[in-house]
Amino acid sequence: LFFPSLYTSRVAEPLEYHRSFLKDNCRPDGRELSEFRTTTLNIGSITTADGSALVKVGNTTVICGIKAELTNPIVEAPGKGYIVPNVDLPPLCSSRFRPGPPAEQAQAASQFIADLCWVLYCDMMCLDYDGNVLDACIIALLAALKNTHLPEVTISTETSKPEVNLEKRHGLHIHRHPVGASFCVFDDSILIVDPTAEEESLSTAQLTVVTDDEDRLCVVHKPGGTSLSGEKLQECISRATARQREIQKLIDKVIHSVKTAQ
Amino acid sequence: MMEVCGSSNVTLREFGSEQSLLSRPDGSASFIQGDTSVLAAAYGPAEVKVSKEIYDRATLEVLIQPKVGLPSVRERAQEQCVRETCEASLLLSLHPRSSLTLILQLIHDDGSLLSCFLNAACVALMDAGLPMSRLFCGVTCAIDADGQIITDPTAAQEKESRALMTFAIDATERRVMMSSTRGSFSVHELQQCIAVSQKASEKIFQFYRDSVRRRYSKTL
Repeated sequence: LFFPSLYTSRVAEPLEYHRSFLKDNCRPDGRELSEFRTTTLNIGSITTADGSALVKVGNTTVICGIKAELTNPIVEAPGKGYIVPNVDLPPLCSSRFRPGPPAEQAQAASQFIADLCWVLYCDMMCLDYDGNVLDACIIALLAALKNTHLPEVTISTETSKPEVNLEKRHGLHIHRHPVGASFCVFDDSILIVDPTAEEESLSTAQLTVVTDDEDRLCVVHKPGGTSLSGEKLQECISRATARQREIQKLIDKVIHSVKTAQ
Repeated sequence: MMEVCGSSNVTLREFGSEQSLLSRPDGSASFIQGDTSVLAAAYGPAEVKVSKEIYDRATLEVLIQPKVGLPSVRERAQEQCVRETCEASLLLSLHPRSSLTLILQLIHDDGSLLSCFLNAACVALMDAGLPMSRLFCGVTCAIDADGQIITDPTAAQEKESRALMTFAIDATERRVMMSSTRGSFSVHELQQCIAVSQKASEKIFQFYRDSVRRRYSKTL
């Protein structure tokens, strides 16, 4: 017997559809509330870039390419190099983005990542948008930076100009490994981890926590939405630290396997 | 007047606000925190472009204008924070297929800018008479090199700090509605800053109440 009244439509009433799953503490794709989607990582795929990485978190795909250039340092920090991040959400990844100048979400995401020297131009392009782009971008950027090899630069004594030796390359020293975990809040009370695009659009608030290896917080980004209590925030932070270890192990495993393969 | 030692004494710079200073917008307000000064204007509910309309709620647009030049990527990120906070506190479903516009003009930046934007936005929305489920305020905390928490830092203090956090606190339950951070800090420091911001928000909410009472006592 088929009872149509028991089935809520995913298309006609998306909020009710999701609520019926959340009541049983699970989600439409079968995950638990605190489960992340499968993360896969591929590095060094772009040979023309100095470093690259491709990350897939469920269906969300982000590719990051890094190009290094020699330039004058910025006025405020004369002894250091700097990094120029750029996040691109092209129409290719989802129907919600139209061609033209970068959408506000892309610009906000670029700002979120960023915070004679080297300047690293990091371009992150989303190939498939299924929610949680910020986490995927951070993982892609981190993996690409670990994969980046900068050529050796010597100042030649005759011309006193920098000479770049493209044959000899040194890896970058990465001191800390920041990893992000995104959450979203449903109906002011239910907290879910790693939202898909559909869950993001139905949520009442979003939160991203970025932690690094020493359990220090780098970013707690909650752009408005309904308020969050202290305990929920603490829960998010603990989940984010656990995630940081998982991702760090994944990145190290991939970098190691690439080294042993060469 | 800005430092705080421990969490027993929370001091903010001298703040002030003026409402209905512009004649064209439906609501306008200026908010001054120390030397940081922001002017806000609210329009709405008004006609919305068909491409931007939402069938069951009003469409809120926030525009932040810097002192010099055109808005850049930095302003976009701040706009997102202010817009999502306002969307959570306004009763948007009362005005479907309408637009609400909030324009924030920076007059002078001497630190704690995002919290000044949030405070000016809330006062301007109140002045426009837009229905809200809760009021909110913005508080900025900086952690300096010694680990001391400074509320409402100046631009010089922000530059020296190792971490900077801005929170939007709501008036009904004193919970964190919006959080934007820069720099690295421990979980304990985060919780201390949230507690300090909640204490500081009491003063700002008392100020909102006093200024509205003063304004409407003349007409009643």
